Amino acid sequence: MKKGNLEYVTNGLIKENPVLRLVLGTCPTLAVTTAAINGIGMGISATVVLICSNLVISLLRNVIPDKVRIPAFITIIAGFVSVVQMLVKAFLPSIDKALGIYLPLIVVNCIILARAEMFASKNPVLPSVLDGLGMGLGFTATLTLMGAIREILGAGTLFSLPVTANFISPMIIFLLPPGGFFVFGMLVAASNALAKRSGKKPVEHLGCESCPSRAACAEYSQDGVKEENGDE
Amino acid sequence: MEKLFSVSSSPHLRNIETTTGIMTDVLIALSPAAVFGCIIFGLKAVLLLITCIVCAVLAEFLWNLILKKPSTVGDLSAAVTGMLLGMNLSSQVPLWVAAIGSIVAIIVVKQMFGGIGCNFANPAIAARIVLLVSFPGMMTKFSEPLVDTVTSATPLAAEQGTYTFNNLFFGLHSGCIGETSAFLLIVGGLYLIVRRVISPVIPLCFVGTVAFMTLVTGGDVVTAVFGGGLILGAIFMATDYTTSPVTPAGKAVFGVGCGLITFVIRKFGSLPEGVSYSILIMNILVPYINKFTLSKPFGFVPAKNGGGKNG
Repeated sequence: MKKGNLEYVTNGLIKENPVLRLVLGTCPTLAVTTAAINGIGMGISATVVLICSNLVISLLRNVIPDKVRIPAFITIIAGFVSVVQMLVKAFLPSIDKALGIYLPLIVVNCIILARAEMFASKNPVLPSVLDGLGMGLGFTATLTLMGAIREILGAGTLFSLPVTANFISPMIIFLLPPGGFFVFGMLVAASNALAKRSGKKPVEHLGCESCPSRAACAEYSQDGVKEENGDE
Repeated sequence: MEKLFSVSSSPHLRNIETTTGIMTDVLIALSPAAVFGCIIFGLKAVLLLITCIVCAVLAEFLWNLILKKPSTVGDLSAAVTGMLLGMNLSSQVPLWVAAIGSIVAIIVVKQMFGGIGCNFANPAIAARIVLLVSFPGMMTKFSEPLVDTVTSATPLAAEQGTYTFNNLFFGLHSGCIGETSAFLLIVGGLYLIVRRVISPVIPLCFVGTVAFMTLVTGGDVVTAVFGGGLILGAIFMATDYTTSPVTPAGKAVFGVGCGLITFVIRKFGSLPEGVSYSILIMNILVPYINKFTLSKPFGFVPAKNGGGKNG
């Protein structure tokens, strides 16, 4: 697996965008993107946790026994989430209020656990950190885009500045769950169309094929299927 | 769609029924109530209905054109959707909101799921709910009949005894354009039943359940049945072929379910009206209702010791 360092970063940003291509972390994606600023807040918080947890897990990858790796990963991730949560609470109380329960829930964000399981526990420190950065940036960019779309259509504002709010009545449904699902579906469709155009496989269904922990899944590995990231 | 032939082994049953024919019947059945709505709510209602129909047909036409699919405008289903949506809106709704509704109904609810026969919910109902959720202020302003004044209270929300039975039954009360005249809607429904376009099971179960539950809980049955969108929804929206069960038993379950949900929303919810939501919820349950109410094939023998399903 020889990749340039930059490639680790761009990989998460576009080719394996965690939200649109791997379809991970959909819960915070749908829940917090009612405004662009929330998307940025959530994205950056998750990115910080992702980089730190990837770093520590990569350092400890030869020490953690295989059987208890998931509890160990969760403990490490939870530690960093607590740090981030306290920092956000102290310095950005409005973001903390907007993200609510989803900030502590970064602990169970499957992007972070998936990258720990799939990448950081198998790779040296520098690629792991870069992978965390790339995945985090991809997550942040997608959440911000989704937040911006939903904010413009649903409230007529962008980053709380009025765009169309003064002359068109906004469609409130875009701020509600159905609008979230709709925008998410449209973005996945758009990314699929782009992937198809550049000759990649579109995301078609959520089965074992796209499950992040399939490498660890006994039932699936019986068929001897290739590992994630095996795209050299 | 009527040009789609599928060849199967004999015997072949010839039928002169076409989608266009059925949709024409539905349009005919809807028109008395629509015309009545236009008379009592005036020019605004006429423009709104025209906007809805034109936008729905145009959306369908453009979608087929852009995706290079055979045009399905001719089967009139888009016109029916547009007309139903228009009849489900208050005459106070701005035209651009109605246009968004038509586009949502045709593009998002119908075409994105595969076009006619593949939609999971009634397009007009789903679009109405999208509008209701998006523009709550505009969607809950109604006109008083014959005078162009705005009121927010339909008979369902007004105090009991405001309207006489005649006003409620023949349609002289505030509400959406097409829902006021229960009498003309029932005439249209009877036409559809006589023409065998719809079966009376769903409307009867739906209205019957609402009436029964209202009676049992001591409510005003006449207002509950004739005062809101119940008759329009039960006859024209709940009976959509694609989104209602196949067998009579399934239809009965569907109708009773719609009635129960309508009653629960009206009685305990914060909305005065529950017909749209009840139909949408039951639309989603239709595949399961179909699964549990499948009729037995002729000569069916249950498999011994749980083997194959066809014995």
